[in-house]
Amino acid sequence: MANERKPQILVTGAAGALAQQVINRLRDDYQLVAVDFREQVYLGDDIPSYCIDFNKRVFEDLFRRFQFEGIIHLGRIMSSQETRMRRYNANVLGSQKLLDLAHKYGIHRVIVLSTYHVYGASAYNPALIDEQAPLKGAGLSMDLVDSIELENLANIYLWRYPDLNITVLRPCNIVGPGVRNSISTLLASRRAPVLAGFSPMMQFIHIDDMADAIVLSYRKPERGVFNVAPDDWIAYQHALQLSGCTRVPIPSIPPVLPRTIARLLNMKSFPSYLMSFFKYPVVIDGRTFRDTFGFKPKRPLKEIFRYYRENKHPV
Amino acid sequence: MSLRSFIKEKVVPQSLEDQVNRIRKPLGSLGYDPWGYNNDSLKIGFSLAKQIYEKYFRVVADGVDNVPAEGPVLLIANHSGQLPIDGLLIGTAVASRERNPRLPRAMIERFFPTVPYLGNILNQIGAVLGDPVNCAKMLANNEAIIVFPEGIRGSGKLYSDRYQLKRFGNGFMRLAMQYNATIVPVGVVGCEETIPAVANVKPLAKALGLPYVPLAVPFVFPAKVYLKFGKPMHFDNADIPEEKVTERVEVVKAEINELINQGLSERKRLF
Repeated sequence: MANERKPQILVTGAAGALAQQVINRLRDDYQLVAVDFREQVYLGDDIPSYCIDFNKRVFEDLFRRFQFEGIIHLGRIMSSQETRMRRYNANVLGSQKLLDLAHKYGIHRVIVLSTYHVYGASAYNPALIDEQAPLKGAGLSMDLVDSIELENLANIYLWRYPDLNITVLRPCNIVGPGVRNSISTLLASRRAPVLAGFSPMMQFIHIDDMADAIVLSYRKPERGVFNVAPDDWIAYQHALQLSGCTRVPIPSIPPVLPRTIARLLNMKSFPSYLMSFFKYPVVIDGRTFRDTFGFKPKRPLKEIFRYYRENKHPV
Repeated sequence: MSLRSFIKEKVVPQSLEDQVNRIRKPLGSLGYDPWGYNNDSLKIGFSLAKQIYEKYFRVVADGVDNVPAEGPVLLIANHSGQLPIDGLLIGTAVASRERNPRLPRAMIERFFPTVPYLGNILNQIGAVLGDPVNCAKMLANNEAIIVFPEGIRGSGKLYSDRYQLKRFGNGFMRLAMQYNATIVPVGVVGCEETIPAVANVKPLAKALGLPYVPLAVPFVFPAKVYLKFGKPMHFDNADIPEEKVTERVEVVKAEINELINQGLSERKRLF
């Protein structure tokens, strides 16, 4: 009965490690409803959990059944998963459905998780990229189109329906226990490919810090697009070394060579369309988020890499 | 990096290590800054550059204390000699001065980041892709930055055009005004003679995607180099049209011309 009085939040992507961290931080103050299109996860008796495709009509029934105050949309299929078409359907069309329903049912806080990949890795990138920088990711690879379209969509709804209070978060590489993205898989492996002669600067955020960032932003209704990254940087190859990975150099020029090799290897964690991210830096400026929400990451890089060094193949 | 620390141990003397440690740069917990600068790499680069600076070009730096000890600074110099040796020498001069040494950053051509190994090495010793956003963010970070407003027009010029300043871009003045940065004009004398070029092979440059390909002896001559640091200059952040900005740029350019002439008249012989 106590749950009846708590505000209700819909959390998408519930099967992911990040969503579970967010849920653990919010479950005392809110009644949470978890959905995931991949699988139904058990999150305790107090949290209803569903496996639903957003594009199916039954999804709306959730909005009829609960009175959601806000949505935390973490259910973005990463570019290393599924096919391009399925990703487009889920990430773009599914999110549109979600935002339409949010508007229809008077929801007044929406957090959308994006990625720094939208900026695209190019040799001409300046460091400390601001939120207003153009999103070049789509021009570099068709496989990032859905990520950028998701952002465009969120931006259109952000301006058209200010009551939704949409905040888009663009984090740097999320890493740590349970994270299954490509960079985390690389850090966790014993051997990791590198492009010979290229060691771009990278930023990493611990999954616990990222969960804190999401909770902070949910609690403060400040609309807009924000980069999320700690003020700390490291070269990719150095990060691998600190994580105890043996580096396996791949010939890097001409550019078609590493792409072909990556395609032949068919490694999930080293896909050919992310090749440029292992070549050129995409260093984002997280200071606006830090200042707006008072965000202070607590886990230093050393701790992150120590975790990977001590836990080879954790996932 | 293990290889890096090995080389560092072999080539970096303690005095130089102390010199670099005296210079405080805002770095992350693992010794990097957002542009890829790394303290350990810099120490190696600096000890090699110092040898080149002292033994090979026997640089005479005059007025290096004109560079302020702190705050945003733009070191504006004439560009010459096909390779960016002038940038290396200006940086070494400011980093090895006795009082308040600083590590200036150099803005580099857009094609360097695409070259394996070289691009990373340049980043690690403090060179940064020549992009206005980078320059602006570094000035906001209180860095000293070496800028050659002539760009490739200057470095690619032929021996017959030596010590003639090419057109200066206005970008540096706009940034200096916006970030209230001190401008220190620098006249470089001697670098024109390091790689004298008689022609630019344009078709080859185009085919290779390079800014220019000089027709020259493939050897860097040990010309004696004179660096003349001028008095610091300040410009207010008035809302003025582009032609007024150009006038301000011309003031800096004239100052550099004057410094070059001083250097040329002091020079007794080429080597």
